[in-house]
Amino acid sequence: MEAVALKDRENQIHIKGEAPFEIVCDKDSLAGAVSQRACVFCGSRVVLYPIADALHLVHGPIGCAVYTWDIRGALSSGPELHRLSFSTDLQEMDVIFGGEKKLYNALTELIDRHSPRAAFVYSTCIVGIIGDDLEAICRRVEAEKGIPVIPVKSEGFKGNKRAGYKAACDAMFRLIGTGDTSGISPYSINILGDFNLAGEIWMIRDYYQRMGVEVVANITGDGRVDDIRRAHGASLNVVQCSGSTMELADMMEKKYGIPSLRVSYFGIEDMSEALYDIARFFKDEKMLERTRKLVQGEAQKLILELEPYRKTLAGKKAAIYVGGSFKAFSLVKAFRLIDMQVVLVGSQTGTVEDYKELEAITDPGTVIVDDSNPLELTSFLKEKEVDVFVGGVKERPIAYKLGIGFCDHNHERKEALAGFDGMLNFAREVYSSVMSPVWRFVPRHSSKDLGNKV
Amino acid sequence: MSKNPPNYISTTNACKLCRPLGACLAFKGIEGAVPYLHGSQGCATYMRRYIISHYNEPIDIASSSLSEKHAVYGGGPNLKLGLTNVAAKYRPKLIGIAATCLTETIGDDVRMILQEYRRDTEGSQGLPDFVNVSTPSYSGTHMEGFHGAVASVVEQMAEGGPRGGEINLLPGFVSSADYRYLKEVMADFGLECIMLPDLSETMDGEALLQYEKVPVGGTPLKSIKAMGRSRATIEFGRTLKETRTGGCILKGVRDVDNFQIGMPVGIEETDRFFGLLRKLSGRDVPHKYAKARGRLVDAYVDGHKYVFGKKAIVYGEEDLVVGVAAFLAEIGIRPVLCASGGTSRRLAEAILEATGDILPEQPEVHEGMDFFEISELAESLAPDLIVGHSKGYPLARKLAIPLIRVGFPIHDRVGGQRILHLGYHGAQQLFDTITNALIAKKQDDSEVGYSYM
Repeated sequence: MEAVALKDRENQIHIKGEAPFEIVCDKDSLAGAVSQRACVFCGSRVVLYPIADALHLVHGPIGCAVYTWDIRGALSSGPELHRLSFSTDLQEMDVIFGGEKKLYNALTELIDRHSPRAAFVYSTCIVGIIGDDLEAICRRVEAEKGIPVIPVKSEGFKGNKRAGYKAACDAMFRLIGTGDTSGISPYSINILGDFNLAGEIWMIRDYYQRMGVEVVANITGDGRVDDIRRAHGASLNVVQCSGSTMELADMMEKKYGIPSLRVSYFGIEDMSEALYDIARFFKDEKMLERTRKLVQGEAQKLILELEPYRKTLAGKKAAIYVGGSFKAFSLVKAFRLIDMQVVLVGSQTGTVEDYKELEAITDPGTVIVDDSNPLELTSFLKEKEVDVFVGGVKERPIAYKLGIGFCDHNHERKEALAGFDGMLNFAREVYSSVMSPVWRFVPRHSSKDLGNKV
Repeated sequence: MSKNPPNYISTTNACKLCRPLGACLAFKGIEGAVPYLHGSQGCATYMRRYIISHYNEPIDIASSSLSEKHAVYGGGPNLKLGLTNVAAKYRPKLIGIAATCLTETIGDDVRMILQEYRRDTEGSQGLPDFVNVSTPSYSGTHMEGFHGAVASVVEQMAEGGPRGGEINLLPGFVSSADYRYLKEVMADFGLECIMLPDLSETMDGEALLQYEKVPVGGTPLKSIKAMGRSRATIEFGRTLKETRTGGCILKGVRDVDNFQIGMPVGIEETDRFFGLLRKLSGRDVPHKYAKARGRLVDAYVDGHKYVFGKKAIVYGEEDLVVGVAAFLAEIGIRPVLCASGGTSRRLAEAILEATGDILPEQPEVHEGMDFFEISELAESLAPDLIVGHSKGYPLARKLAIPLIRVGFPIHDRVGGQRILHLGYHGAQQLFDTITNALIAKKQDDSEVGYSYM
């Protein structure tokens, strides 16, 4: 049989139990391998885009802006400027003579039209090549319009998605520290790395409110410029999806002395642990008590509601391939909660530490992959006889084509999967795919017997 | 016609896609082909995601995954490495290489790099063919990319030789259902047809047991090579005149007669297409289509009152807009605004050609439009419906009028690839959909809620 992976990719795949743990990651995608990864621009765009009252202007040819127009489900409770797609739509003449003038004019036009609280200007590949001075244009417009105008150094080819997260953090760090922090409670946090997909941050904020914790800034789900400007007034940064915003938390710790906690809101276990960790941080007995009550109430209710799903799904096999590996940890645990078996887990951008942890929490025989591609994924899905695959839009047709169930767990999902309610939604999502009667017709489960039934 | 076109510097919610995306789609319609983008990794991933959301089919687009040092020193070595990897892993028959803004700007000469690569690999077994197309994304739209890829394919692959009896059909970018329908039509006329591209199977395939590295279907390479020997070419697109299309190249280089006609949407434009087929085949219109046309006319009559005098906004790819405008005009709906992100400079003229003898008044026609501008104009036009791809949904929602989904992309419904637009059968589906949408709107808005029409 033909090898599943290209020779140069073999060290990015590990099968638990077969050899001492070793995996290579954080390297550039191999040319021609059809990586599922995106680019620097993508990393920046996804992190900053939920800031709903900012103008997000993509400086480049039309593609980068149009492929990211309202693609994610980040909700806003107020303004929805983030759902529009703004571009300088560079043309040949701009590329030859430089795009600075067009950028200046476009920026001025859009700020006048929409009166945003700030503007982010994203670099794309071509801007990195023609050498437009974004910094200078932004400074000029900022002075003229009196709002922060921040360049995002997101030239697509200058690294991978993680470099884009860093560029986004750098951009936000320029906002932080410019707002008034008076009146902020000592029991206060910033929520980092939740993007309010399907309203998830509202559920999380509700938990914090019940605990008696004030949220200063959402970074960035349902985010607001003015909140972020005063984020340095919070006592603690609570970081989920650490890949994208840990960098920002580290910068804030260094400059403002704000400590941070890494959490995950997925699954009952991690969600509860997140709330307890925060309560313990504040060393307030009453808060701890309120948290205990909250967690117990929610968990009890949830366990009961989960039971029918667990009963049906127990023993089914799951595969996970997601962007960040931190989410993969939670998913492994979430599947365990409903007695499902994880047989493949991988991510686009995990680090060695991440993969070590994954190998520690998974069962022997589990395939662990970094920066995988459709051909590898399909061969593992088949080999492992997977019942449900958890991934993003690019993974969905791969699963469906082979007659395998699927659960959307990336930033385009429209179902809330975080929090206690999210765990129930997750079980329902998995259930509604795995238990569908349509699988009986797919070739995997039935030979073609067209015309043989009477 | 063009009354004070809005003219903004910035683009908001574009009504076009970038050029390499069109090229990738065209390459997907060739048998055994893998599209390959010479650029940074993000382009391939974004386009895959965008295309998947319409077709719900896997689409693998390879990338040379350029990083900073390649941008400085040239992407040639990575392009070659990528080709070797794709060839080894996918075993394609053809790799279709499209450039991106990055590689067009740093000045990579893809044609030369490919020549070098061919030299380097001379004598190696099982290497695919290569075709390359220049697709600077800062110029033109996905449609220039699509037509450009088709043109490059025939230019680089079609061979000469003794004249055969085949007819080349270059339909442009239509749905998988449309490609299937066209093949059927050609076969029913008894015509040997070479259709390029052919996305009927590659982007609307069956459920599978074994994952296909490269999905079956698409125009066979052997047929593409034979296109230079065909009897004639039929090319859809009234806005393509004077463009370097596949049909023009086949005419210029191989002296294959080229018939450029409008996209056959609605009775009038389909009659022209069928008339041409009748001439080329020497056969009468097959019974099946004569019946379909008869039923369609009957349906037009049954439904005419529900649609008459309604005002529509049409947007999208230029040639589809022309076809849809022609169809709307003949059923009594007035297109009041026809808009596209494309800039052929021929849109208004093409709409006039297709609708001039029916419409008492030509619609406003604007090229280079985005949805902000379309929305702005829509306010004063008071349309009853919108016809276009799913990106017009925010506008339809704002105006609380129906959106009739046609073209690409359809990101908010299933089955975009199965919408039939072409021929009498396509017109039948469009007519029923539009008429029912207008009836439903009236019914829902009515206080009475009649259960008869």
